[in-house]
Amino acid sequence: MSELMSDREIDRSKMQVSDEVAIEISNMNKWYGSFHVLRDINLTVNQGERIVIAGPSGSGKSTLIRCLNALEEHQQGRIVVDGTELSNDLKNIDKIRSEVGMVFQHFNLFPHLTILENCTLAPIWVRKTPKKEAEERAMHFLEKVKIPEQADKYPGQLSGGQQQRVAIARSLCMMPRIMLFDEPTSALDPEMIKEVLDTMIELAEEGMTMLCVTHEMGFARQVANRVIFMDAGQIVEQNEPEEFFNNPKSDRTKLFLSQILGH
Amino acid sequence: MSDTHAQTVAFVRETQIPPAPPPASETGVVKWLRENLFSNAANSALTIAALAVIYMVLQNTLPWILNGVWTTSSLAECREILQGKTGACFSVLTERWNQLLYGFKYPSDAYWRPNLALVLLLFAAAPVLFFDLPRKLLIFTAIYPFLAFWLIWGGTLMVPVVALLGFAAAAAVFQTFSKSSFAIAFFGAIAAAFAVWILGGLLIPEGASENAWLAPVPSRDLGGFMLNLMLGVTCVSLSLPLGIALALGRQSDMPLIKWMCVIFIEFVRGVPLITLLFVASVMLAYFFPPESTVDLFLRVVIMITMFSAAYIAEVIRGGLAALPKGQYEAADSLGLDYAQAMRLIILPQALKISIPGIVNVAVGLFKDTTLVSVISMFDLVGMIRGPILASTEWNGVYWELLGFAALLFFVVCYGISQYSQWLERRLATDHR
Repeated sequence: MSELMSDREIDRSKMQVSDEVAIEISNMNKWYGSFHVLRDINLTVNQGERIVIAGPSGSGKSTLIRCLNALEEHQQGRIVVDGTELSNDLKNIDKIRSEVGMVFQHFNLFPHLTILENCTLAPIWVRKTPKKEAEERAMHFLEKVKIPEQADKYPGQLSGGQQQRVAIARSLCMMPRIMLFDEPTSALDPEMIKEVLDTMIELAEEGMTMLCVTHEMGFARQVANRVIFMDAGQIVEQNEPEEFFNNPKSDRTKLFLSQILGH
Repeated sequence: MSDTHAQTVAFVRETQIPPAPPPASETGVVKWLRENLFSNAANSALTIAALAVIYMVLQNTLPWILNGVWTTSSLAECREILQGKTGACFSVLTERWNQLLYGFKYPSDAYWRPNLALVLLLFAAAPVLFFDLPRKLLIFTAIYPFLAFWLIWGGTLMVPVVALLGFAAAAAVFQTFSKSSFAIAFFGAIAAAFAVWILGGLLIPEGASENAWLAPVPSRDLGGFMLNLMLGVTCVSLSLPLGIALALGRQSDMPLIKWMCVIFIEFVRGVPLITLLFVASVMLAYFFPPESTVDLFLRVVIMITMFSAAYIAEVIRGGLAALPKGQYEAADSLGLDYAQAMRLIILPQALKISIPGIVNVAVGLFKDTTLVSVISMFDLVGMIRGPILASTEWNGVYWELLGFAALLFFVVCYGISQYSQWLERRLATDHR
């Protein structure tokens, strides 16, 4: 749980939170069998917000963001993403998934396709973008994550940090309005964590709405406008990063912070 | 002019050493022999023992092969020529060559038809097997089954054309409706195909096949290695898609589909192929209306296809299970629907993992086509056991005939195995 800080100045000119609601979760409950993983979650995320979700393992933070694009089903309550309610209707689910990008802990690139094909697949098949246009856009985003020269390689030939940046580019190629990050740096070596975090910071600087499950508290301090602390399937505390780190309210939060920050 | 100046520490090279060949013990044949055959006492003993065995085998078989008689017209004449020496009687192969390849009833003036079909098969299979070839060649692959049917069975051209039109209609209907609803498109396509087939069946005049350009040949008259090849190619190419469908069905969330697939697979796997073939030859006739005589070849194809599809389904299920869950989640999170995720992400990887298993089933299936000899179809083995060995001229020529059959099957199966190894290398992208 390092407190890696980016060494450069962060450009906050475009990091604006608008009044438009991007995600609204109300009274949401989820069970795995008889185990109550998520308990009465209420959360509203506005367009342009950068939210970091922290908490001990098993607290339900990954499950929460996986519910937002229906990788997990919730049993009670309402989730509205970008104006569309998540229900059992497959059309709604596919619509939400194409608007919400997701980055996984283990990258989940498609190993049988080249980097470029990984990035163009969904735009071509889901968005019906012409192949040429999709390739141009893919190259644009690959340049943005600084690996255009790897476009014709296969994922197995890239380092972990490079793979994760490709995964971010792959999500961006769908032009999502919201990005979900599920522990994007937990499977990486320390020097690779930084290159991925830098990519995420750049994304935040452009005003992307981001929900990020991470243990990178440096990233939370620098980029997030809100930190949410979860424990035992509940939201225990949420606050601006400055307040959250310097002046935590609940005992559970204090204990958690002392464990991951204090040495 | 020595290289080293013994008294001084500093050293300057004054002469170049010319490159010399390595000692004889480190190069070429000698080195290879030392490393691979005589690396230690035990291995040397094994090498010598193996050489002795090979020598004994060759000592007995080589004269038999080299003294072989190729031109007589019966076993008795062979024995006369050999005068008690060891020697094979290969004349049975030359004399019964056509019977071994085409069976004993296929009209001899029509042998060019299956030959042409075999040559065209190579062209039809090429774009499927070697996917670097231009995709447009697949059009010929799509037409080929109907063309081959017409060539081998003969009769009126109307039959394969109507069959082709039925499939074309089904494809067209499916394309039109697939955007709105999969179920409508699927059942609409089936209905359209049957409509075309029934209408076309009415249009084909009675007895159109009688004086067609290619004389009709009934399925009963097919035989020899041609029959094995036909069954093998047809059943492999049908059972692969059916196996994929069964494997996906077994993973389905819909209980009805899932249980249908599970019961089918478990039932078919639990029954010997021979019983299925007896069902095809005897029992299946009871299930069809009495006047509709469903072709025996078709019945056998259905049974063998079902049998190998069940095995292929289990092999592919193993491939599907080997994929990490993250691949499904990544495909889902990008908004791909089920069909796209399966076709673009899951199946290409699962099938790649399954190649050795699928090839195993395909090779087994091809060899199992000889079992049709049990239900009195005269395939290669059926021909050997039946008409040829039973004839007065060749009664008793076992080694030559069965050795020839083994050789034919070995060549094809070895080819399949080599292709699969090439395919695995070609598809390797993980660079581990």
